[in-house]
This record gives sequence, C-alpha cells and structure tokens, in this order.
Amino acid sequence: MSEVTKTGATPYDEMYTADGAVRPHYRPYAQWLEEVPRALIERKRSEADIAFHRVGITFNVYGAEGGKERLIPFDLLPRIIPGHEWSELERGLAQRVRALNAFLADIYHDQEILRAGRIPADQILSNAQFRPEMKGVKVPGGLYSMIAGIDLVRAAGADGSGEFFVLEDNLRVPSGVSYMLENRKMMMRLFPDLFSRYHVQPVEHYPDLLLETLRAVAPAGVVDPTVVVLTPGAYNSAYFEHSFLAQQMGVELVEGQDMFVQDDVLYMRTTQGPRRVDVIYRRIDDDFLDPLAFRADSMLGVPGLMRAYQAGHVTLANAVGTGVADDKSIYPYVPEMVRFYLGEEPVLNNVPTWMLREKDDLAYVLEHLPELVVKEVHGAGGYGMLVGPASTRAEIEDFRQRILAAPEKYIAQPTLSLSSCPTFVEAGIAPRHIDLRPFVLSGGKQVRMVPGGLTRVALKEGSLVVNSSQGGGTKDTWVVD
Amino acid sequence: MLSRTADHLYWMARYTERAENTVRMLDVSYRMSMLPRANGDDHANWRAILDISELSDAYVRTGRPLSPRDVIEFVLLDRDNLSSVWNCLRAARENAHAVRGKLTGEMWETTNATWLEIRDLTPEGLQDMDLGAFFEWVKFRSHLLRGVTVGTMFHDDAFQFARLGTFLERADNTARLLDVKFHALMPAGEDTHGATDYYQWGSLLRSVSAFETYRQVYRDVITPHKVAELLMLNHAMPRSLHACLDEIVDILGQVANSRSCETIRKAGALHASLHYGSMDDIFAVGLHQSLEKFLACINKLGDRISNDFLMPMAVA
Repeated sequence: MSEVTKTGATPYDEMYTADGAVRPHYRPYAQWLEEVPRALIERKRSEADIAFHRVGITFNVYGAEGGKERLIPFDLLPRIIPGHEWSELERGLAQRVRALNAFLADIYHDQEILRAGRIPADQILSNAQFRPEMKGVKVPGGLYSMIAGIDLVRAAGADGSGEFFVLEDNLRVPSGVSYMLENRKMMMRLFPDLFSRYHVQPVEHYPDLLLETLRAVAPAGVVDPTVVVLTPGAYNSAYFEHSFLAQQMGVELVEGQDMFVQDDVLYMRTTQGPRRVDVIYRRIDDDFLDPLAFRADSMLGVPGLMRAYQAGHVTLANAVGTGVADDKSIYPYVPEMVRFYLGEEPVLNNVPTWMLREKDDLAYVLEHLPELVVKEVHGAGGYGMLVGPASTRAEIEDFRQRILAAPEKYIAQPTLSLSSCPTFVEAGIAPRHIDLRPFVLSGGKQVRMVPGGLTRVALKEGSLVVNSSQGGGTKDTWVVD
Repeated sequence: MLSRTADHLYWMARYTERAENTVRMLDVSYRMSMLPRANGDDHANWRAILDISELSDAYVRTGRPLSPRDVIEFVLLDRDNLSSVWNCLRAARENAHAVRGKLTGEMWETTNATWLEIRDLTPEGLQDMDLGAFFEWVKFRSHLLRGVTVGTMFHDDAFQFARLGTFLERADNTARLLDVKFHALMPAGEDTHGATDYYQWGSLLRSVSAFETYRQVYRDVITPHKVAELLMLNHAMPRSLHACLDEIVDILGQVANSRSCETIRKAGALHASLHYGSMDDIFAVGLHQSLEKFLACINKLGDRISNDFLMPMAVA
C-alpha cells in the first residue's frame, strides 16, 4: 500500500502548512479575513441564504419528508487551487477521460483489451452495467461519456505534501455543475473586493462549452442540430440543475411525455406541431430511457427511443452503457486503460483498492475492517458504504456479514485522510474535509473543462462523507494565477 | 416551443389571475358587509361569493356556517377547496417551477416569493391580519407578476401563451362576477334607485378598479345598465369582456398553427358579438342568458386552445 494513505496521518490542509503558516496562494485571502469584521461575514452569510432560497437553488433529498426541497449549505470560504497544480490536474483528467472513452468504444466493439488479457473478460461481460444493446452501435466521434465528473481527493504524504487521487469516475449523469456556477455568482456578488485581490480563472462559460460539446456529437449530416435536455421532472433531486442548464444553453427542457418516436425518428411536441430532435443531454438513467428496451414500467422515457438511437438518428449524451466504465469494480483497472489505449503513464493515480472478489484481498480486508472504507461496487451517493473508523462495532459486524454473503459486490480502500479546508462553522472557522469534482467535456476531437469544479465539504466535524444527500455542503473553487 | 411548456405558462397565468379576481370579489363583499345597512340579509352577499366560483355545494359539505369569517377563510385558505387563493397560488408556483428555465429570474422569484409568503398562513394567522391589507397584497402580487412578465420576458410564443391564460381567465371571471352580482342585487328583476344603487353597484365597480372610470365615461349616476355596458362592451376598460377578447384574438392570430383555424374563427365570432353588440340587444335576450352563453363559449375556447396548442384536456 502506498505511504501517502495511512490511516491517522495528519490531513493536508489547503490553507495552512503543517507548522501553521499560511500557504502562499491563501495569503491575500488570510489578510482580507483579518481586515473584515466578523459581523460583516455573518451578514453576508444570511444574505447568501436568503438569495439561494429566493432563487430556489434547492436540492430534493430522497426519503426526506416526501422529497422536500432543501438548500445545500454553501460555505463562504473559497477553496483555492494554484494555477500550476490545476494545469497538472487538467492534463491528468483529460488523459483519464480519453482512456475511459476509448475503453467504452473498445468494449462495445472489438474488445481488444479483453483479448489482450488486461482486464478479466467476465468482469465486463457479466457486469450488470454492460449493455449488450450497445454492441456494434456506432456513436458520433466514438464518444460515450461526453460529460464526465471525476471525483478527486487530496491526501497528505509522509513529507507533508498533498497528492491528488481519483476517488471515483462518474460517467453516467454526473450532477453538481450548477452549484459550481451559482457558487461563483454568489461569491462575486457578496465579496467583489476579494476578486480584485485575486485573478480567479472564470468558470461562467461552462454552459457554452457544454452546448458546443453537444452540438459536436450530433448525428452525421445534421447541420444545425436541435439539442434538448431530458429531465425526469420537477420532483427529481437535480431538477434545478436540469432547468438551469437548459436555460443557460437556450435549449428546450423536455420530459419523456414531450417526445415520441415515429419511423425511428425522434420528435418533440411543440405548439407548432412535431419537431425533430437530434441530440439529447439526458439526465435520466439508462434503465428509464425507453420502456420498450429497458424497464417496461418507466414513465420517464420515450417508447422507441433506443431504436432511434441504434439507427443513429439521435445522439444520447451520455451514451447508453457508460456505467460499465465507472463501476467501482472496474475502477482499479483505469490506470491500465491509460497505458493500454494511450501508451502513457497515468498522470493521476487511483486510490489503492482491494477487490474483495480476490481471496487475498478479502482476507486482508476482513481483518482490517475498522480502519478501512468499504464500498458497494454499484452504490452511489454515499449510500451502502462502511467508514470503518467512524462505525460502531455492531455496524462493522453487520457489514462483515453483508460482505461475506457476496464479496464480489464490494471493494475496500484505506481510510484516506482527505485534505481539509477552513470552513465557517457554528464556533467560527474550523477545518473540514473536502473533495473536488471537475467536469470534463469531450466533443469532437477536444477534451475540455473549466478551471476548478465543485468542491464539496463534509460539514460535520471529522466526517469524510461529502455527498449533498448526506449533509455535505459546497464551496466556491478558485483556480488562481 | 414545447406544448407542455406553453401549458405550464398558460396555467401559471390563469391561476394567478384567478387568485387576484377571487380577492377582488371578496374585497367588495367584505366592504359591503361593513356598510351600515346591507341590501336584505347579509347571507345573500356571501352566498353570491360562493356561487360565483361554483363552490356553494362544496361549502355546504364542509358544514361551516354562512358567516363572513368562515366564507372568507374557505375562499382564501381552505386546503381542500381547489379554487382557494392558497391553492391557486400554489398551482401558479408549481406551474412556474415546472418551466422555471423559461421564466426570467424576476418572474420565478416573484411567483416563488408569493407562494413562500402564503404557504404557512393558517386561519389563526389570518385572524391577526388586516384583511383589507391582505387582499391588497394578493392583488399586488398578481400585478407584480404580470408587470414583471411584460417587462422582462422575451415577447415570443412563450410570452403569448402566458398572456393568453391571463385574458381567458379574466374574461371568465368578469363575466361570472357580473352575472352573480346581477342575480344577488336584482333578485326579481326589480329596479332600485338612489343610494342603494350607488353603494351596491359602486362597490362592484370598485372591485374591478372601475369606479373612477365609470364617472369619467358616463358623467352620470350609477345604473346597472351602464355598469354592465362598461364591463362587457367597452374595449378600453381593461377588465371588460371586450378588452379580453381583443387580446385573445390578437394572440391567437400570432401563435396560429395548422390545427387552429376553427379556434381562431370561434374566438373571432365571440369577439364580433362584443365589438358590434349593443346593451339593448343583450338585455333583450336577458343579461343572465347572455352571460351564461358567453361563459360557455369561453369554456369551449379554453378546451380548443388546450387541444390545439397545449396538453390536450383529458376526455372525461
């Protein structure tokens, strides 16, 4: 196991060095913080709360009082990343996403990586996320995950340095980008003077890049493609984001009921009659896309959509079947994909991972449960995981039984000491753990992203779970020159 | 634009307009009940309020007494009364929420803020409030949304469908108000004069913000005949049937599609009957009969608009 991920190491703090000095890129901020009265910051904080409520930037929590709308807590203290660190991250992210797309194209066509024995074939072919319907289907540009969210964490090294690791790839319907954009807007509104002290690289053009990306993957021969955003509807937890992105791109926000397929061509119902649709930025899962192809009880999709897609008459972004590449059981192979498809060494490393389908790994993990994080390979959103150090003995025993019943369903990782960042809490300012989700766009020949991404923060002291459905908050993320 | 989007905008506007007109009606009854002598028993007044919105049966089922407080509570806040102001503003907000990407930020904030303010209002809370001020608040929230819509929204089809909802609802509401008030105020077709007319018809005019306009137009004492004329045929009176039909016909011409010819023809015919109609003709047929026929036409027009442009109405 790597040195950098030992349990109990002092976490890397984004603002302070181990001996308490302010890191250079945080110095202007620290100075500003000393100058402004605390009461002003308190006032700004309630101003932000009111503004977010009025604009209705809310998040529906599954299972909570009938899906009530709730604000995601927004922390006023920015997460700052120096430009040179970001350049390196950007290089690593582009590389990783290229490899993942190459992998998906390969898996649904020639399967060379399986024939070369780099990944066990049964890992892919018997994976529930592998969609046989996609075999041999040609997709524009050979691209599958045009919009990817790659979760990064930073862990402290023995020498006090902090290295970024990829915690998870999200290649299906990653969300959160609207918070990235709204957080920036809010920070600029609340603290304009801060932006005169820093050259913060802008992120506001993300919707433009997204639209360009979606237009670039239109079916061949379509000159002026009609792009739509497909949402499950107003009660979905990420509905705010769906409507926000549609509005920012100036395209229609559609639900399944707004569209129909005739002769393998997709149309939407408009006040002027049917209109052809070329590209769907879909924010619903594969299972719900088409009741004729997948779940028959789905009311969210469009009957016949899959046939129109297979015929190449409409592009889905992301493609069907990308889940086979971001599954936690496949994650350990991504560095190998980078080497296999690109002939390069990965710029970004994975978190060391035990695969419990392997006997040795299983034995080790069962012996060390209290110090490890165990994840269900198909779980998402912080559900179905065990954080060893934060669990009671009973919880650990309960999880042990679940693992023993189906070890192949789990992976384990060392409890990373995620980096922390000072955060406004009840008692003032205190360090809280954070992660980072940059959004990587692939369209045509280019892989692009706006500098930074969404920083999520675990607001509970000591908590390592940053998901918004589990009480996490967000911060504005600055990449500074 | 998407039919569903048009549908949500149209209903957002209709529900907001309905909430506004409902408090206009409540307001006038509330004021009249405070007059030293009301016409006959006060009950008729409050029953009329319920009749206007076809809520009498539902009200009887609640078992509430026919007291001003109870009727006002029912019409304003009752969660089970789908036409209550509370439910109208909730529905307006839900429709807005479903298409918030099509609204300007100001439109969404207006609708959302209105809802957030009334959401937690209870009958107990209402008792501590100045009712007149509350009526004003609802009216002004509706004014604000309409103004923000006209002032910030791109004037494309989306805008037209929101406007269409406003005027269709207003035409319906003004016709109902007139119809019921005539019933309540002239029970047996008897003619009254003088002070009673002044107060009763005067308050009807006030409820549609037309009291001063009446004076300006007629320079005469207030008579039922002229009140009806102002609210039905005067195209410059913004809440009159004629003015609403002017807008509806204009909008339908702009959003026309290959299916809408017959709808446009029907709207045109209804418009012509107001444009070229006279009060003598209307009273010859009977005011009540004329208004009933008008309401039926508006209702059918609404169905046709839904079928041609929006989400087709479920066939009962």
